[in-house]
Amino acid sequence: MTESRSGLRPHHWLGALPTVGMLGGILFTNRVRPMVFGLPFLFFWIAAWVLATSLIMWVILKLDRAWEREHANTAKADAGVPE
Amino acid sequence: MTVALSIMAAVFAVAIALGLLARRGHAMTLQQWSVAGGGFGSVFVFLLMAGELYTTFTFLGGSGWAYGRGAPAMYILCYPALAYSLSYFLLPAIWRASRGQGFVSQADFFVARYGSRTLGVIVALVGVAALVPYLVLQFKGLGIIVSEASYGRVSPAAAIWAGAAALIFYVVVSGVRGSAWTAALKDALILVVVVAMGLYLPYHWYGGIGPMFDAIDKARPDFLTLGGTGRSTSWFISTVLLTSIGVYTWPQFFGGVYTAKSDDVFRKNAVVLPLYQLVVLFVFFVGFAATLKVPGLIGPDGDLSLFRIAKLSFSPWAIGAIGAAGLLTALVPGSMLLISAATILAKNVYKELVPSASERRVALVARMMVPALTLVSVLLTLHGGSAIVALLLMGYNVVTQLFPALVLALGPSPRISARAALAGIIAGEVTVAAISLSGASLATLLPGWPAVITELNVGVVALAVNVAVILAASGLAGVRATQPA
Repeated sequence: MTESRSGLRPHHWLGALPTVGMLGGILFTNRVRPMVFGLPFLFFWIAAWVLATSLIMWVILKLDRAWEREHANTAKADAGVPE
Repeated sequence: MTVALSIMAAVFAVAIALGLLARRGHAMTLQQWSVAGGGFGSVFVFLLMAGELYTTFTFLGGSGWAYGRGAPAMYILCYPALAYSLSYFLLPAIWRASRGQGFVSQADFFVARYGSRTLGVIVALVGVAALVPYLVLQFKGLGIIVSEASYGRVSPAAAIWAGAAALIFYVVVSGVRGSAWTAALKDALILVVVVAMGLYLPYHWYGGIGPMFDAIDKARPDFLTLGGTGRSTSWFISTVLLTSIGVYTWPQFFGGVYTAKSDDVFRKNAVVLPLYQLVVLFVFFVGFAATLKVPGLIGPDGDLSLFRIAKLSFSPWAIGAIGAAGLLTALVPGSMLLISAATILAKNVYKELVPSASERRVALVARMMVPALTLVSVLLTLHGGSAIVALLLMGYNVVTQLFPALVLALGPSPRISARAALAGIIAGEVTVAAISLSGASLATLLPGWPAVITELNVGVVALAVNVAVILAASGLAGVRATQPA
C-alpha cells in the first residue's frame, strides 16, 4: 500500500505556496506599520504565513488521504476484489 | 544564587536518570543505539524531530539576533516552517528508499542509492565537518547558560567540561532512546519558560507587546524592518531558501527518519511542527525587550542578552528554572548530534578502512568516538569566538552541498551517476572553503553589480557551482555513452 504514496499528485503544487507566499510577500510587507496584534507588519506577515503553512499542509494531508482511499478502492475493483 | 544552581543541578540529575532508564530492556547493538531499531511511533519521532530543531541556537541565538540585529532574526522563524513544508514530500521518500535496509547513518543512504562506497566516505566526512560546529554551538550555549544562571559562580569552562562529561556518559550508555526521553522533558520545560518570559518581559517593562515595538521603533527606526548591507530582503530571502533546503541534509535528521515505524508520521509532523515553531516568536520578544533595557552587548555578546534581562527582572528561583530549561536545550540536541557523528565515523569511515571489523567492534568504535568528538568540540569551543548564529550558518553552508545529490537519489533509481554526485559535492565544498577562508562575499566577487545580487547569501554561489558540475559531469557521461565504441 505504501507504493501508492509515492509520486507527485495534482494537488501537490499547494506545497509550494508557503515558500512563494511567505518570501514573495516580504518584498511588499517590509514595513513596521500598521501594527497587527502588537506586531510590526513584517513580523505579523511572517507569523501569519507560519500558521498558514500548517493549514496548507493539513489540506494536502486530507487530499492525499482521500486520494489514497480512492486509489486503494480502484486497485481492488481492478483486481476483482469486492469491497 | 545557590537556589538557581540547585534547581539546575536537580533538573540535570533527572535528565540523566531518564536517559539511563530509557535503555532498560534493549540490548545496545549499533542499530538500537543509533536508530532505536526503527521502532519509534509518532510521539517519539515528533519529539526527536522537534527536539533536533529546537536547540540552544533558538534559545540564545534567536534572542541574541533579535537583540543585536532586529528584523533579520525573523529568518529563524521562517526557515524551519518552510523546511517542514518540504519535509512532507522529502522525508517519506527517504523513508521508503531506506525501509528494511538496516541503515544507521546518512552516508548509508548514499552508499546504497548510488552504489558507491567512496561517495559514502565523502558524505560521511562532510556530515562530520558540519556537525562539529553545531556541537561547538551547543557547548558554547551551555557555558553561557550555566555561568549566567549561576550568577558567575560556575565559570563557562567549568560548565562546559561538566556538561561534556555527563553527555559522554549518557550517550554512551543509552544512545538515541535516552535522547528521546529527555527530549520530552526538555520540550515541556522550554515551552513554559519561553512563553512565560516572552509575555511577561514586554508587559513588565513596556506595558505590552505593541508598546514595546512602538518604543523600539521610536528609538531605533529601521531596526524592525529589513534593509541595509547584510540585512536586506535579498539576503533574507536567499538565506531562508538556502537554510530551509539545508535542514534535512543534516545527518542527525536521517537518524530521525530511520527511527520511524511508518512514513505517515512525517506527514502529520509537517502539519503540527510549524505551529510549534511559533514559540520562537516569544524568544524574539525576550531579545527585543532586552534591546532597550540592557543595551551595550556587542557582537557575540548579544547571546547573553536573554539572561541579562532575565536577571534584571526575576528572582533567583526563576533564573534557576530558565537555566535548567536552557541546559536541556544544549544537552539534548548535543546528544543527538554526537550519536550521528559517532555512528557515521564508525560505520562509514572506520568500517570502510577495516572491512574485516565485526558488528560488535563497529558498535564499540561508535561508542569510543563519543568522548573523542566531545573532546575536539570542547577544545574548539574554548578557543573560538564566533557568535552562535555565525557558527550555525557555517555548518549549513557545508551540509547544504549534499542537497542536489540527495534529491536526485530519490525515486526508483538515482537520476545521476555516483561520479557526478561526488564531483558536485566536492566542487561545492571547495567553493565553500574558498569563500570562508578568503572572507569573500558577492559584493567583493561581483563589484559594481546591483545590490539585489550582491546581497545574496554567498552560499548560493557554492550551490550553483555544485549543480553546474553535476550537470557538466552528467552531460560528459551522456556524450561518452552515445559515442561509438
